[in-house]
Amino acid sequence: MSAEFAPSRLYAILGDNGAGKTTLLRVLAGLTPPTRGTISMLGATNLRSICSQLGYMAHPSLLYDEMSGMENLVYFTRLYDAQSDDQRCAEVIRAVKLDPSLTRPVGQYSQGMRQRMSLARALLNDPKILLLDEPFSNVDLRSAREMVSLLAGLRDSGKTIFVVTHQASLLEGAADEFVWMEAGQIVSRTPDLRPPDTRSETP
Amino acid sequence: MSTLASLTRATLAKDLRLEWRSKDAINSMLFFSLLVVVIFSFSFDPTAEESRRIAGGLVWVAFLFAAVVALNQTWARELRNQVLDAYRVSPAPPNALFLAKVIGNFIFVTVLQALMTPLFIVFYNLRALGPAYQLPIVAALGTWALVVNGTFFAAMSLRTRSREIMLPLLLFPISIPALLAMVEATGAILTGEFSAKFWIVLLAAYDVVFTIASLFLFGFVLQAE
Amino acid sequence: MKRVFPILAVLTAGLLSYALYEALVAAPTEQTMGDVQRIFYYHVPSAWTAFILFFVNFFASVAYLIWRSSKADVIALVTAEVGVVFCTVVLVTGPIWARPVWGIWWTWDLRLTLTLVLWLIYVSYLVLRRFSSSGQTPLLAAVLAVFGALDVPLVYFSIWFFRTQHPQPVVGGGGSIDPRMLHALLINWLAFSCFAALVCWSRYRLEVLHREVEETMALEALLEPRSPQTKTSRSGSGG
Repeated sequence: MSAEFAPSRLYAILGDNGAGKTTLLRVLAGLTPPTRGTISMLGATNLRSICSQLGYMAHPSLLYDEMSGMENLVYFTRLYDAQSDDQRCAEVIRAVKLDPSLTRPVGQYSQGMRQRMSLARALLNDPKILLLDEPFSNVDLRSAREMVSLLAGLRDSGKTIFVVTHQASLLEGAADEFVWMEAGQIVSRTPDLRPPDTRSETP
Repeated sequence: MSTLASLTRATLAKDLRLEWRSKDAINSMLFFSLLVVVIFSFSFDPTAEESRRIAGGLVWVAFLFAAVVALNQTWARELRNQVLDAYRVSPAPPNALFLAKVIGNFIFVTVLQALMTPLFIVFYNLRALGPAYQLPIVAALGTWALVVNGTFFAAMSLRTRSREIMLPLLLFPISIPALLAMVEATGAILTGEFSAKFWIVLLAAYDVVFTIASLFLFGFVLQAE
Repeated sequence: MKRVFPILAVLTAGLLSYALYEALVAAPTEQTMGDVQRIFYYHVPSAWTAFILFFVNFFASVAYLIWRSSKADVIALVTAEVGVVFCTVVLVTGPIWARPVWGIWWTWDLRLTLTLVLWLIYVSYLVLRRFSSSGQTPLLAAVLAVFGALDVPLVYFSIWFFRTQHPQPVVGGGGSIDPRMLHALLINWLAFSCFAALVCWSRYRLEVLHREVEETMALEALLEPRSPQTKTSRSGSGG
């Protein structure tokens, strides 16, 4: 597939299971090499060189179950920076509406809290590009809405955000573009939530 | 360079802290090591003279089994929530993660050895007739040899089926020269009949070669999808 | 290139027959061991052929790590497989030879032990290839091959020193060799090498075809539309 994306936009990536949405995100994150072709992000074709400006979040939480949220983030900042900045960690946790002083291990969080803490981890390095795979799955409606307004705010401050989701309606009003995928190809890109005409009807 | 050192230290500290908190892994492994020693003692009951000759082999085979159990859970915590993806996406040097794991395993296995050795001494009435100061050197070099390759192959096994059997399957053939060296050196020191110097040098060479190879190639293995 | 293969096949057949004649008939009988010694003409060339194949495997693996060439990966796979077969020949002929001559099945002879360790390493290599999911197999296998190659000199030295401490009989006999025997030995080696090349080549072609088929099938499965309504009115291929 061949596509171009503009900066400072919120893209919602939608499609059936197996359409290739997760693969697309993983390729952008540099986790899966593309079978053919090149990717250019932030002016670089070598993804490794700009990886400090990426934030990635997926369905598994990418956190250590045995540590508290704050401990997790304090550790993960070190992957980006030799010093760990406790202030920044607390800030980011508060930004996702969680309590930095919570000592409960992440393994005991509810799904919604875990997703939000995972998002906090993705935001730690203040990335220019955010890649979020199903951030709202199993999250209660209120928390999900709060996450969406957080993402819209981040987009307004200049970040480019890609969100893969099955709950497209959550992003209505916040997303700049809805990108529909099928069988590894982008079949339509629309500024509003409207399924593309070429989609075959599912029984 | 300093990022590597500080991240290694931070990762090692985190691992040790988590291990200390849960204590399940280390408790079960301590007990397993104890069982290994007892079973070996039942199976091989030689005279004092013979036991000095074969103790080298016995002790190191027992250590090897205990080490494999420890090595198999090296990456368990990272696997649970695909935490490795977080490392891969970040600019962090993969070798920091690797070194932290190797050092952690080294500490772990040394603790197990510290438990098993007195038991072996007791069950086999062992006494070193040669230079006993060389024994900790052999132990350290030998343990490093097992642990550096073991941690590396444990990472490789993550991408395979039958993970737990894959690790020893890959580790044992490659470790043969190191195992031979460990066993012969220990035998030489206990019996006092030969000098262990050649074996110690061989172990050191083995450690250097494979530590460099692992550091060189770990990045590839981590990035393998 | 297609014409070379049958020519090589005929040449190999010829060489193997000649080598057989040399080994069993033309070469003089060894004075102490008698006719049993003729197994030497299988034991030693097999070992040399196996070592050469593993050498090629090492270079192919390094080539893969540097250039990610799938051709290099196939060469690595092929040489490993055929190498293991030749190693097995060495390990079987060794005891068969040792038993009637020295009365023991096994001796920690340098060549024999080195071959055993190589056999173990490469069997674990083949198991790794079988057990890893197809995406990363070439990379993991190449890394293991490099580790194996680094191990070989260490194995050699450790066994060598072990034997100076614990002397044991040498399978294969040292010392000078009768020129007629040397001739038979070299002919057999040449024949085995041609045979190895032949087998590797056909296995290579087989593997390349196999991969092409798999890739085509995977691509087709991807392009197949998933809706049930397409079942009724479709003809021809999908995508």
